[in-house]
Amino acid sequence: MKAAVIVFPASNCDRDVAVALAASMGRDPLMVWHRDADFPAVDLIVLPGGFSYGDYLRAGAMAARSPVMAEVIRRARRGVPVLGICNGFQILTEAGLLPGALMRNAGLAFVCRDVHIRVETTDSVFTRRYAKGAILRIPVAHHDGNYFADRATLEALEGDGRIAFRYVEPDGRVTAAANPNGAARNIAGIFNTTRTVLGLMPHPERLADPLLGGTDGRAMFDGLVEALA
Amino acid sequence: MSAITPALVAEHGLTPEEYARFRGFLGRDPTLTELGIVSVMWSEHCSYKSSKRWLRLLPTEAPWVICGPGENAGVVDIGDGRAVVFKMESHNHPSFIEPYQGAATGVGGIMRDVFTMGARPIANMNALRFGDPAHPKTRHLVAGVVAGIGGYGNCMGVPTVGGECNFHPAYNGNILVNAMTVGLAPADRIFYSAAAGVGNAVVYVGSKTGRDGIHGATMASAEFGADAEAKRPTVQVGDPFTEKLLLEACLELMRTDAIVAIQDMGAAGLTSSSVEMASKGGVGIELDLDRVPVRETGMTPYEIMLSESQERMLMVIRPERAELARAIFDKWELDFAIVGRITDTGRLVVRMRGAVAADIPVAPLVAEAPVYERPWVRSPAPPPVPADALARAPAIDAALRRLMGSPDLASRRWIWEQYDHMVMGDTVGRPGGDAAVVRIHGTRQGLAITTDVTPRYCQADPVEGGRQAVAEAWRNLTAVGATPLAVTDNMNFGNPEKPEIMGQFVGCIEGMSEACRALDFPVVSGNVSLYNETMGKAILPTPAIGAIGTLPDISFAMTVGFKRDGARIVVIGATRGHLGASLWLREIAGAEAGPPPPVDLAAERKAGDFVRGLIRDGRIDACHDVADGGLLVAVAEMALAGRIGAVLDPAPAGLHPAAWFFGEDQGRYLVTTGDADLLAARAAAAGVPVMVIGRTGGSSLTVDGAPPISLADLGTIHESWLPGYMAAEAGPVQTE
Repeated sequence: MKAAVIVFPASNCDRDVAVALAASMGRDPLMVWHRDADFPAVDLIVLPGGFSYGDYLRAGAMAARSPVMAEVIRRARRGVPVLGICNGFQILTEAGLLPGALMRNAGLAFVCRDVHIRVETTDSVFTRRYAKGAILRIPVAHHDGNYFADRATLEALEGDGRIAFRYVEPDGRVTAAANPNGAARNIAGIFNTTRTVLGLMPHPERLADPLLGGTDGRAMFDGLVEALA
Repeated sequence: MSAITPALVAEHGLTPEEYARFRGFLGRDPTLTELGIVSVMWSEHCSYKSSKRWLRLLPTEAPWVICGPGENAGVVDIGDGRAVVFKMESHNHPSFIEPYQGAATGVGGIMRDVFTMGARPIANMNALRFGDPAHPKTRHLVAGVVAGIGGYGNCMGVPTVGGECNFHPAYNGNILVNAMTVGLAPADRIFYSAAAGVGNAVVYVGSKTGRDGIHGATMASAEFGADAEAKRPTVQVGDPFTEKLLLEACLELMRTDAIVAIQDMGAAGLTSSSVEMASKGGVGIELDLDRVPVRETGMTPYEIMLSESQERMLMVIRPERAELARAIFDKWELDFAIVGRITDTGRLVVRMRGAVAADIPVAPLVAEAPVYERPWVRSPAPPPVPADALARAPAIDAALRRLMGSPDLASRRWIWEQYDHMVMGDTVGRPGGDAAVVRIHGTRQGLAITTDVTPRYCQADPVEGGRQAVAEAWRNLTAVGATPLAVTDNMNFGNPEKPEIMGQFVGCIEGMSEACRALDFPVVSGNVSLYNETMGKAILPTPAIGAIGTLPDISFAMTVGFKRDGARIVVIGATRGHLGASLWLREIAGAEAGPPPPVDLAAERKAGDFVRGLIRDGRIDACHDVADGGLLVAVAEMALAGRIGAVLDPAPAGLHPAAWFFGEDQGRYLVTTGDADLLAARAAAAGVPVMVIGRTGGSSLTVDGAPPISLADLGTIHESWLPGYMAAEAGPVQTE
């Protein structure tokens, strides 16, 4: 598998996700600077976490309009899998590759903690290595993770099975207390209609190494390598 | 040009003697720009004129020290060709005026100090002191400072891995925000600030210069025109996005051979960066201010030289590498301007619009800077512990509940969940332990980091308090299994012109110096913040210690939580039941009295080396230093962290239970082990006192036949104070 990690000004989880990808791939991903619209063909494109352009406008709004994104959108529409984590998810919604928006956390403060998320479908290259209904412990770290979409969009996401992950209690119950940011229907991650684009707020790359206290994120990268090799 | 009047000199904070000295070596009346330059260079903040003489007492050398105090940060060799660069710095006054931006720019400033030396920041910490929770400003200050620290550090992508936070009415008018950054660099690629090479280019990079932070904003408006612009607040506004770009651009340029010298523009901006670079290199600098990128029109030389706009750097570049450097800064979309050159005149010459705005010999500006031997007096002995304190002691379980929910002991989760403490993917020991542990990227080596000081001890006895601050930092590093290496200090005190305040400063330095020597723990960087006073009331003396240590392998990293049922809980170090200056005495008995617990540095070292040996040999499965609140609070913290209870033996005969369980005797650790006999045998051989005090197990804490305290209850008490306090409406609150 060949993967590219897009680096925007003030991306800051680019190295973290590259480390996690390399551990599963056995080789380093390509790091693509946001001005390099003309990057080689790859099997997976990753938009990493961080604060592209300082999040000074809406989070992800500036990055969504940077030169490389036109190419990312083109390739996504051709079916190249795209993974957006945290700021990457925000960029995907701003770029129109995923519906809805990520608003300020309901608590109005940045939140960095481990949360539990439930795997809602295994029918994607991103989630194929998980069991349906599996509960993962994965960290979040964001200020704007409060997923919002209108009722029709939420119903469509539910109906199409395009909700990838939901925030849950350790025992799998969907509760308000398990929701770190007020996201609609406890949504932690969603797919596009073809399930080739995934955006999620939690950081699977942060718990993919046993020395850091957990490996629940690892299967996402292993599954991608398996599917896209 | 305004005439330099005695009033103008006084408004610049210079004494008549200081002004006469400056005029003496200048040989004429200064220009306004020159007066501004000398006033900041000779300010307490830049010149350390009250503290310098005493800071020399601190040990600063060890075989592993690459660079001690005097540069942007201290540098320590951690082996395998790697160096750790670190420093702590205060941003107290701005944070009180504007907590979000004050704290944010404090974090930005200390990170610049570290990456200026060629190091990538890998961890941030902070030491915070706020006023009485019931004070009407406290909640607003806590909220702003924490959000500001997070706002800057999170955007930079540097994890904030821990810190400390206290509340005390002495900080009502002067909060303390001390920020620490730890960075990693190749040991043979450290960048320094000494300018060199006559003809080399002086390059300005980063943000544009504005009128923010000019100390002239405090000047009488008559001299500068009566427009409102001159009254703009002195607190700078942080731009972490630009700093992130500046970090990456600088590190990219540092991989080439373009840079001769580099200095960040922090306090006193272009003035102190250019003077320090010229002074350290023994050269002159010419600056052409017309080339400085500015974001406002009509700025004067005075304003440009004194602006404290953030996210700027000054570099000396080899001329033949200038275009390479420019291309890197273009890529990161940052300003890059050649604003001057290095000369052999030994003078700082500043030109603008064809006129010479300043022309000062650099050597005397630095060498002749005033150094004061301020009068000082020893601090008086604290009032004695009230004779009836123990007679009125409540039951042990009731006292524990109150302590665990008290402002100084309650969980800080509300704070550190607002900091991204995991970005960079190397945080092994997250906040909440004795010391944070981060992995050196791509290796198995670990770096332990802590900040410590107990201001109430320093208030009661500055010498003992100084000793204890260093010893506790050393102990916290040891408790995670690390070998302590070096210290950065952030000396926060009141007005040094008062002999009793100067006496606190001298006492703390003496105690710190003694402890640093005894523990082979040199001070490699630091910062002094004086005049933390409001209406004549000073803060508690607060010499915050930041410290680092290394673990050969992160698999050794020890944690505080109990791991399993049935382990023996052992206290290492002697327990005498010292209640003077303890939290129990203050929170439960209502008295801030008594001497602090004495620190026996020889015993400290012996106990610490013993504990580190146990950890590295895999003989214990949990370890926690015994600090605020004593034994029982330490047990409770271990139980809550591991979600496993404990049953504790009664206090030994002859000691009051409150003294046994809540005394704050120093040099102690709590550990758990499956083989208490082996541990006792090793302790006897090492000459370290140990005692089994109970065993782990169950879901409650049972003390001395008292009713069990459920961990669930205790956890709620411990976790709910700070979020509850912050969520409450402004106004007086119950603090217990």
